[in-house]
Amino acid sequence: MLQLSGRTLGISKNTDLHRTVIQVSDNPNLPTPLRSRQACLMRSPHVPQGFALYIALPEAGDDTIFPDGAKFVRLSSDFEYLANDDILSINFADGTVKVLFRANSTHNFFLVTEQCNSYCLMCSQPPKAIDDSWIIDELRQVIPLIPITTQEIGFTGGEPFLLGYRFLDVLRLAKTMLPNTAVHILSNGRLFADKAFAKAYAAIGHPDMMIGIPLYSDDATIHDYVVQARGAFDETVRGVLNLKELKQRVEIRVVLHRQTVSRLPKLAEFISRNLLFVDQVALMGLEITGFTRANLDQLWIDPKDYAEQLTKAASVFEAYRVPFMIYNHQLCTVDRSLWRYCQKSISDWKNEYLPICDACSVKSECGGFFSSSKLYRHSNHIRPI
Amino acid sequence: MVAGRLSTESAAYIDLRARHFLTDELTRESALELLALKVRSRYRRLSQFTGLHIFVVTLRCEHSCPYCQVSRQSEDKAAFDMTEEIASRALELTLRSPSNAIKIEFQGGEPFLNFSLIQYIVREAKIRNRTKKKDLQFVIATNLALATREILEFCASEEIYISTSLDGPRDLHNRNRPRPGGDSYERVLQGIRLAREIVGRDKVSALMTTTEASLGQVKEIIDEYLAQGFHELFLRPLSPYGFAMKTKSFASYTTQRWLEFYKQGLEYIIELNRAGIPFREYFASLTLKKMFTSEDPGYVDLMNPAGIGIAAVVYNYDGAIYASDESRMLAEMGDQSFKIGDVRKNSYEEIFLNDKLVSALHESFTLSAPMCSQCAFEPFCGADPVYHHAQHAGDCLGHKAESGFCGKNMAIFKYLVKMMEEDFFAKDLFLNWANY
Repeated sequence: MLQLSGRTLGISKNTDLHRTVIQVSDNPNLPTPLRSRQACLMRSPHVPQGFALYIALPEAGDDTIFPDGAKFVRLSSDFEYLANDDILSINFADGTVKVLFRANSTHNFFLVTEQCNSYCLMCSQPPKAIDDSWIIDELRQVIPLIPITTQEIGFTGGEPFLLGYRFLDVLRLAKTMLPNTAVHILSNGRLFADKAFAKAYAAIGHPDMMIGIPLYSDDATIHDYVVQARGAFDETVRGVLNLKELKQRVEIRVVLHRQTVSRLPKLAEFISRNLLFVDQVALMGLEITGFTRANLDQLWIDPKDYAEQLTKAASVFEAYRVPFMIYNHQLCTVDRSLWRYCQKSISDWKNEYLPICDACSVKSECGGFFSSSKLYRHSNHIRPI
Repeated sequence: MVAGRLSTESAAYIDLRARHFLTDELTRESALELLALKVRSRYRRLSQFTGLHIFVVTLRCEHSCPYCQVSRQSEDKAAFDMTEEIASRALELTLRSPSNAIKIEFQGGEPFLNFSLIQYIVREAKIRNRTKKKDLQFVIATNLALATREILEFCASEEIYISTSLDGPRDLHNRNRPRPGGDSYERVLQGIRLAREIVGRDKVSALMTTTEASLGQVKEIIDEYLAQGFHELFLRPLSPYGFAMKTKSFASYTTQRWLEFYKQGLEYIIELNRAGIPFREYFASLTLKKMFTSEDPGYVDLMNPAGIGIAAVVYNYDGAIYASDESRMLAEMGDQSFKIGDVRKNSYEEIFLNDKLVSALHESFTLSAPMCSQCAFEPFCGADPVYHHAQHAGDCLGHKAESGFCGKNMAIFKYLVKMMEEDFFAKDLFLNWANY
């Protein structure tokens, strides 16, 4: 697992800046006009002149002399993976650093807020009722720095749309600054029950933007229980309807756990008969992080034990020609007939395999594990194929 | 549930709520919105109005099938062929339809006997459509006995679909479909081969007509379709019109015997699929689409409001306009009840707002018809005012307890449900047919 944020080993004090967002360059020969806007990634003691900031990795040595007045941070070997065009947020006040964008990754997701109007049993990013609207300002700084060739970026939360029109402005910025980049947003969709807000979102007119919205059951009681919010099912379904009426792209996301798997085939029927116009459905394995760890007894079910429900649900989606994918499942836990729907979906920075997997003939096609699953809980039926 | 004693925790309550049979404060708004959406989807075709326009280009035919409702053995072109003048006016009415998708179907008699008129209509339709820009499709219902390379090459260049008749194995087919030389079967096979080669495999389909002789041979009929490279079949009942009635061949077998035939056929088709051979029964597919989706398949005989006039219309060779194919067959028997106009005399408004048509649609509307409106199968079924008029002494509504239409459809609905309850493979297969 890659470490995406942490304390610096050392940081310049001579700054009036509280926080800065900056793009990394590993090119010591960068033309001078560009240096003043970029951070030099140092893997040797050599110090090129004129960069806005210096990021010293361990190979740079401890006794580097930075130019007079230059801003710098020293990072541990945990950040060896940093590369050209990555984007960092550096907090000079508390000496911490966050990696916001990795150019080599296809899984760049930006946290928009930690606030949420749901409180899901298996939330991987437990909500906090704090004012973190500064994050939005940071996002407005990041987006213009992202390479225009980037294929896809994502936004997640909390519930990103709680920031309302301020978040819509960020999406508009993504459209103008990154015209060729697909945008995927994770949202519970509830706020789109408000048609006026749905219209404002649609008015952005982004050519390739999709919202992933969870629907956990055809039974409103179960859905509301899973998200710990009464009335959420009603709002989410209406949100999906409003978005689709406005021709917006919507993905339905179903996290598979003990509370959701028993009615999975019925949920597939519900989606097929009521929401046939959604763009795709993602059936997702559980990530053992955040609240999931606390609620594991209520949530855990071995994927082998819901294989039958998964197969039945898949046959419903197949019949209705609903495009669907299976995320976060190891091939050895899924019926072979469903392998073609399995995606290598786990973000690269938290994607691992077990030692036993080395003997497997389909390891390269398998999505593997969340780092957290490897650490805390995974199927008892993992075996090399 | 009716007494209000069903526990909100019970499995039945939860399933009924999830399927919008009931709603409570947890689903109140979404259930209503989804139900409204499903109703809108189901009736979406209504705003499109008439999509299928049938041109009877001639009544003449070289076949003399005893079950045929309309055809004539005649050399007299003038008496039984449609003229360009009538075709031109019918085309004008066709393109007045608000529907964006227009299908023009050529029927007979044997349409190839008046092929020059088909050429005229196709070319003229395309010219007139340059400004209308509708999605135009053409299909010819032909026995293919007279198919030539030239005819089929015209069909290929104009992208015309071919719908032919294949009743089963050689003996059955030739018995059902006599023609000079007794070679209907040989000719249709040759025609299918040639049409696939010239027009395209996806453009050629076949229909079978069920006769008393067919009843014991459903497996042989299906095997014949398989052997000729077809992967679907419409197990059709014999319609109660025309010569069929006169020759008593209709009365000679009951709905019950036909149902046995249908069930045997469907069971054999399921076994074929189980053995890995994809094959589809068309009537089941249509019904299953209504059962499992919010789409209406647009099958004229199983629609509500009825499909007559507003889904399909027939322009007869002599200029008479009928509300459906069955309506013109009824007219051939002397009952003009569903003649809704004449291309030379009536305006579009006079034809499609015709009192006969409107009141037949109104009277047969299943959501208000006695016994239909309370029927659990209503969403799968449809209204057939012409059938009921013919069988129930002029009453478009008919008495459902005595209706053969009702008896046949209900038996099939129940049978399909039973198959799915008993056999997971069948359910899976049927779900796929529903979404074909």
